[in-house]
Amino acid sequence: MPPELHSRPRLAPGCRLGENSQQRVLLMPERALRLNGPSLEIVERCDGQHTVEQIVRELQKIYSQAAPQKVEQDILGYLALLEERRALDFEL
Amino acid sequence: MGSPFLLTMTSTIPNPLALIAELTHRCPLHCVYCSNPLELQSRAGELPTEIWCRVFKDAAETGVLQIDFTGGEPLARPDIVDLVRAARSAGLYVNLITSGLPLDETRLAALVEAGLDHMQLSFQGAREETANEISGAKSHTQKLRVLDWLRHRRLAVTLNFVIHRRNIDQLEEMLALAESSSATRIEFANVQYYGWAFANRENLLPTREQLDHSVEFLKREQQRLQGKIRIEFVVPDYYATYPKPCMGGWGRKLMLITPTGDVLPCHAAQVIPGLSFENVKDHGLRDIWEQSAAFQRFRGEDWMQQPCKTCDRREQDFGGCRCQALLLAGNAAATDPVCSLAPLRSKVDALLAAINTPTSVQNLTQPSWLYRSNPA
Repeated sequence: MPPELHSRPRLAPGCRLGENSQQRVLLMPERALRLNGPSLEIVERCDGQHTVEQIVRELQKIYSQAAPQKVEQDILGYLALLEERRALDFEL
Repeated sequence: MGSPFLLTMTSTIPNPLALIAELTHRCPLHCVYCSNPLELQSRAGELPTEIWCRVFKDAAETGVLQIDFTGGEPLARPDIVDLVRAARSAGLYVNLITSGLPLDETRLAALVEAGLDHMQLSFQGAREETANEISGAKSHTQKLRVLDWLRHRRLAVTLNFVIHRRNIDQLEEMLALAESSSATRIEFANVQYYGWAFANRENLLPTREQLDHSVEFLKREQQRLQGKIRIEFVVPDYYATYPKPCMGGWGRKLMLITPTGDVLPCHAAQVIPGLSFENVKDHGLRDIWEQSAAFQRFRGEDWMQQPCKTCDRREQDFGGCRCQALLLAGNAAATDPVCSLAPLRSKVDALLAAINTPTSVQNLTQPSWLYRSNPA
């Protein structure tokens, strides 16, 4: 299920950004995800303030060479993956 | 997720990823499947606070991201709040794996304030009588109290149920307990058969019918709870077709430090003859990780025998578990006998056949348990 465009994703308790040997990571229970470029840009905006739609718009600007539709799809897919891993809460 | 935009987005961190810190072997519970060795280390030999604090910094510098405080019962250490604070300020993600005894609200608040990231609370069953029988202690009511306190804290919570024949039929009640709590994860981990659990395995192994039923139930529930509670399920590997990639491969991801400071590649490594282990009092973690003969012994593929040596799956499961190979095949370098390709799989099948005869199931209504003892 893709997330609602108007919801505001926020990192769930126990999920936070960390750093290790100059590599940014998303730390969460029993797991860590390496964050590079776009994934870091997305996770940094999961602050309970940005809506999904705003995240999409902002990244479409940053990655203006990529097809906007593709950027949106990938962001929705990535947010769904984080939700499935229980790393995000969505506030309406 | 194979698009060029996301090409570098999700991959797991290279090793060593995590450090398991067995702070003590003391524990108020006596679980019949405890993962501690049969020979428990005494309180007198436990590492002092300052050495642990040095180890946390060393671990972070070695690339470790997460630390698991476990035991025994890590809360049995009076300095646990200081240890959590030191590990967090060293830059580690701090997991506490606990029975919830001895804990009160004030101590919980102090742990959270000190930087605890995630608590894994163990349950021995969904019903008090089962839980108390398995843990050999009156513990269940206290755990329910802890769950209640956790509702008011912003802390990641996993409920951990160790599953076996005596409680595998309670999964629905266990899940209901999790749903009524603030937990975002629940682990149904079937018993792994080493040490105390190995001694009790004929009373603990579920029947095939129980297992099939539980797998079917949990698949349904995973769908229903998606995005709410993440359900992790560890199958009993005796019933598996292929072995588990034990510890993510020997010396590939994890290090474990015993209460006295010995550094091991896994919980049970001390049972393997001929291995000796370095101690954090004498060596840094980077040196041990890279140079310890014990860590190198089963790293990579050179040690493998057939059928592992040429098996297509050798980079997926690394030949399974070395300690299980020793326990079941008498040789730590053998293919893990739970593998369907292993020469000695028939040993596992014979045990399963005995477990799955109707008479044996009936005979086990009153098991005589070997309870885990307590160290000096």
